[in-house]
Amino acid sequence: MVDVTHGEPVPGVPGSAAHEGGELDLYHPKSWVTKYVFSQDAKVIAIQYGLTAMAIGLVALVLSWLMRLQLAFPGLLPFLDADHYYQFITMHGMIMVVYLLTALFLGGFGNYLIPLMLGARDMMFPYLNMLSYWVYLVAVLLLVSGFFVPGGPTGAGWTLYPPQAILANTPGQQWGIIVMLVSLMLFIIGFTMGGLNYVVTVLQGRTRGMTLMRMPLTIWGIFTATVMALLAFPALFVGSVMMLFDRGLGTSFFMPAIVVTGEQAPYAGGSPILFQHLFWFFGHPEVYIVALPAFGIVSDLISTHARKNIFGYRMMVWAIVIIGALSFVVWAHHMYVSGMNPGFGFFFATTTLIIAVPTALKVYNWVLTLWRGDIHFTVPMLFALGFIVTFINGGLTGLFLGNVVVDVPLSDTMFVVAHFHMVMGVAPILVIFGGLYHWYPKITGRMLNPTLGKIHFWITFLGAYAIFFPMHYLGLLGVPRRYYEMGETAFVPHSVVTLNIFMTVAALVVGATQMLFLFNLAWSLRHGRAAGGNPWRATTLEWQTPETPPAHGNWGAELPVVYRWAYDYSVPGAAEDFVPQNVPGRDPDMPGHPVAEGAR
Amino acid sequence: MPIAIVLALVVVGSVLFHLLSPWWFTPIASNWGYIDDTVNITFWITGAVFAAVVLFLAYCLLRFRHRPGRRAAYEPENKRLETWLAIGTAIGVAAMLAPGLVVWARFIRVPADATSVEVVGQQWQWAYRLPGKDGKLGAADTRDVSDTNPLGIDPNDPRGRDDIIVQGGELHLPVGKPVALLLRSLDAVHDFFVPEFRAKMDMIPGSVTYYWLTPTRTGSFEVLCAELCGVGHPYMRGTVVVEPEADYQAWLAQQQTFEQMQAPAKTGALP
Repeated sequence: MVDVTHGEPVPGVPGSAAHEGGELDLYHPKSWVTKYVFSQDAKVIAIQYGLTAMAIGLVALVLSWLMRLQLAFPGLLPFLDADHYYQFITMHGMIMVVYLLTALFLGGFGNYLIPLMLGARDMMFPYLNMLSYWVYLVAVLLLVSGFFVPGGPTGAGWTLYPPQAILANTPGQQWGIIVMLVSLMLFIIGFTMGGLNYVVTVLQGRTRGMTLMRMPLTIWGIFTATVMALLAFPALFVGSVMMLFDRGLGTSFFMPAIVVTGEQAPYAGGSPILFQHLFWFFGHPEVYIVALPAFGIVSDLISTHARKNIFGYRMMVWAIVIIGALSFVVWAHHMYVSGMNPGFGFFFATTTLIIAVPTALKVYNWVLTLWRGDIHFTVPMLFALGFIVTFINGGLTGLFLGNVVVDVPLSDTMFVVAHFHMVMGVAPILVIFGGLYHWYPKITGRMLNPTLGKIHFWITFLGAYAIFFPMHYLGLLGVPRRYYEMGETAFVPHSVVTLNIFMTVAALVVGATQMLFLFNLAWSLRHGRAAGGNPWRATTLEWQTPETPPAHGNWGAELPVVYRWAYDYSVPGAAEDFVPQNVPGRDPDMPGHPVAEGAR
Repeated sequence: MPIAIVLALVVVGSVLFHLLSPWWFTPIASNWGYIDDTVNITFWITGAVFAAVVLFLAYCLLRFRHRPGRRAAYEPENKRLETWLAIGTAIGVAAMLAPGLVVWARFIRVPADATSVEVVGQQWQWAYRLPGKDGKLGAADTRDVSDTNPLGIDPNDPRGRDDIIVQGGELHLPVGKPVALLLRSLDAVHDFFVPEFRAKMDMIPGSVTYYWLTPTRTGSFEVLCAELCGVGHPYMRGTVVVEPEADYQAWLAQQQTFEQMQAPAKTGALP
């Protein structure tokens, strides 16, 4: 396969890798099973990743309903005791962050878009890519098996802080925590297989003319996030191994001398805070592992549907890279009140607030892309706009929590829950929806129903805002997070109950609306309007495939050749308001035009 | 088109909610009004940015919506604009960071005249230890914890004999006097949080963490555990009573010392 994508092209002769035909024939799947089940086609693997992530996401959605019901109507559901509540919040958090968001952005969008947007036939290591999905699937199934083991899944919170995570007074201490740690380790192994593929494909698999600075921002986001994930996940991996040893073999990596129910536990000398450092060394980059692909995708959605080039492309690329690099030196802003040396607060507050600058520039550039655009309010555009608003909101509350002393009263309160749901829950999920509405026509050949899409957008966007915006104020009041029930607390007025009921009703409605989306996905498969090859009139390569949906190998006999950057919308003098990347011709001589200095 | 109006309404609604919300900080009861000030500064700056950017976004959507025959402009970059935006943002960020770091420096430096009070967390209750007549707390270690020595005070440390131990009751503090809370846990990670004091810090088994404050008004305040510590976490409550010095001394005189706690244990074999 390496030969196929490399193909030794002759300069100036498009698709000159004529000898690849024979190899492709060997490479095509021969049976239904190798085509749809154990497939090595990145597009099929992407769909497998996507469907699995959405399925497990539904579990997380139902769990969120249950916990919201408990918060609004304590004791309403008789089976929902404190044990179950903590198990549900733990599973909800872990599923959403790792098994849904990470898997869907990198395994789903990454697999589908990297080869297509770069003009490659497939990932560089298709067999490894297939293994990546199957290991991920086993990790998901193992995670779900936590519900059925004795004692149930772990209820340690998604942060899994020891000693509590392996102590008897935490639900799931018998098997749940072991299942969780092993599942995480499997996820990381599976991800590493896929991640190496994405990185190598971006670096080595680009078609001729596709310089790095001509790549769509979607690819820059996914690529940078993947590099980060390859560097960050090992910290979680070793943390999991060490905790597994503490739990199973009686080591004391994270366990100091402690007393449990009056007895001295057989541990001594370990450091609970060491785990927190390992966890957040993974956990903070993880935020950007989810955010950067979202940044990239939303840039392309806005540019395409506003018919205008992305504003400040080079700045956007550098902002992605700088955010990715800085995100490795901010992890302890999750630990300002953890009891680490408080002097660290100065360093981590400074690095954290510095990240705000490139992030803000990205927001400005999205908005400036709309300035003097020709804005079509398509469903993908609506979701992109919803993302901008929720991301600005969540990003700005990050300036509270990142600024060490401001964090002190707010840390561990509902303010934190509201912040991270807005910024890394709602915002990236709106991008996922936008991306699915945008690329579904390429994946299936049919459009999703736009009316259902608009209903889905309005309820999801406004509903999610109604859940999480008021929640900040509970945190200001002092309502802590991870409380099964508040009970009677002097400083909590009765109006808080009303607010909780409001948020719960909004959550139920928003959750139910997602069924409408699933229905749309299934219904449009047969009944959606036929899309054609390039329904959005977009410039990037995935819309220029000879067939839709693209066949195995993506490009037919000849690989595309790239002549321009990804954002030639509304070029002055051009007949159409878009010029695809593979259309020959001069790059416009615009001052500071990114490709004018690159490829010629 | 409707989205432009809705986004403007989101801004208006958010600002109104902020102004009218009955949910806000509890009335402060410590010297950490500085923290409230930094929160307020941050609210003003971020609120202004939020309103400005989203309203500008809404304006763009209205003004540049698609109409037949419309064509977008072509402007890949604008170095000057991008540079100025970067500089402006950096200034805004610095305006929030600088006061934050100044207050943090105060937060972590305990004044020399602060009295030490130890708070010990254990699933799911609070215990307290105050220095006795010698004004010093004795050494302690989780490995010394036993039925008769619930806080693990080192029995060989003479400074610890007169330490006053409060188990399962209220912590009393004198108003207007700085106090350093030394935080210790015997099992999971806990966090001693009194919303009216604004301050909080995790307590980690195996080490001693701290924060300090000066209570500024008398009253009774609820303590909550703010770090998930097992299934009883929401029930790990306590009470801090801030009172005038005389009342505080009277309360202190009624409490048991470590030595007194040991005494019945030594004679405990007798019927």
